[in-house]
Amino acid sequence: MNVNVTFISEMIAFVVFVLFCMKFVWPPLIGAIEARQKTIADGLAASDRAAKDLALAQEKATAQLKEAKAQAAEIVEAAKKREAQLIEEAAEKAQAEKDKILAAGHAEIESERNRAKEELRKQVAVLAVAGAEKILERSIDAAAHSDILDKLVAEL
Amino acid sequence: MASSAEITSQEYISHHLTNAKMCMADGGVAFNYACADAGFWTLHIDTLGWSVFLGMVFLYIFRSVAKKAQAGVPGKLQCAIEMVVEFVNDSVKSSFHGNNPVIAPLALTIFVWVLLMNAMDWVPVDLIPTLAGLIGINYIKSVPTTDINMTLALALGVFWLIIYYSIKVKGVGGFIKELSVQPFGHWTLYPVNFVLEVVTLLARPLSLALRLFGNLYAGELIFILIATMGVWQIFGPHFLWAAFHLLVIPLQAFIFMTLTIVYLSLAHEDH
Repeated sequence: MNVNVTFISEMIAFVVFVLFCMKFVWPPLIGAIEARQKTIADGLAASDRAAKDLALAQEKATAQLKEAKAQAAEIVEAAKKREAQLIEEAAEKAQAEKDKILAAGHAEIESERNRAKEELRKQVAVLAVAGAEKILERSIDAAAHSDILDKLVAEL
Repeated sequence: MASSAEITSQEYISHHLTNAKMCMADGGVAFNYACADAGFWTLHIDTLGWSVFLGMVFLYIFRSVAKKAQAGVPGKLQCAIEMVVEFVNDSVKSSFHGNNPVIAPLALTIFVWVLLMNAMDWVPVDLIPTLAGLIGINYIKSVPTTDINMTLALALGVFWLIIYYSIKVKGVGGFIKELSVQPFGHWTLYPVNFVLEVVTLLARPLSLALRLFGNLYAGELIFILIATMGVWQIFGPHFLWAAFHLLVIPLQAFIFMTLTIVYLSLAHEDH
């Protein structure tokens, strides 16, 4: 238990061990540990970022979906409006066509009637002359009495 | 062993507490009793042998892991070694705030080496002496930290570092000034301060060495006393004392490491 040269040898051993540990043991071990810590920290940061990105993307997607829905509704609305407009236009056009056709018909009927009237009038004039001839049993000078006949025709 | 008729308990105990000695005598190498007169020039070959062997075990295991250490997924052994390294690193970081590449490896070496040397206390006290007796070695103490030479060597190694860093950081004048200006503020009391502080300074390695030595020596002594009970020891005392050393052995290694860090951290503090 007395202090002797063992103490000096142990001190040399101690110094050698510490130097060896300092040069060859500690740096690679702590380096590996710190590198791993960094990797893990980076990984965690990346996952945080990814989660944030995901949330952002989801938000964006939701907003886009909403917008798309609104747009679709708008388009449907516009289409409905257009449809109604088209129907109205078609109806108007049809009405106009109908009116036009009716007017044309009326006009034709009118002219036909007028023509028939004219025809009838002329025939009545001839008949009247023929009747008068028969009544008078004599020939009336058509030329001399044409003014009377014309008058008659006009009166019909 | 203890029940053996030829040796008394006292002889048994003193046998187990005797180091294997080696010295130069009569122009040759002599052992044990022949070294009674060698005084300072006696070498405890058991202490030296076991401590160097355990130090090599420590460095071999750690170095083999360090060589293959990679930042990726670590193996099981690498995990275990890294746990120790991180534990030491955290201890260093919590009390030492400078940037010194020596402190952490020093703390690791002290912690693991002292732990391994202390752990030899768990080896049954008769196992190694009996085996050594078979190959003709009469005396062997297998726990190096029960030898004051071992603990004093560690403590003085730390002490020189304290002195070295104190002077390196503060300069000789600054170091002397630090020893003189406290605890008493008045200049007339500076010599008193100096004497007090030098005693404090010298007490540090001494307390480091004696604390470790005392704890382990006492522990070993009790183990040997228990062993003198003969066969009865296996029914309790030996087991209980060994279990108690689950606390003592790591605790003493930890205390030695922590105090080393604290003392060196104080040496780095510039007031």
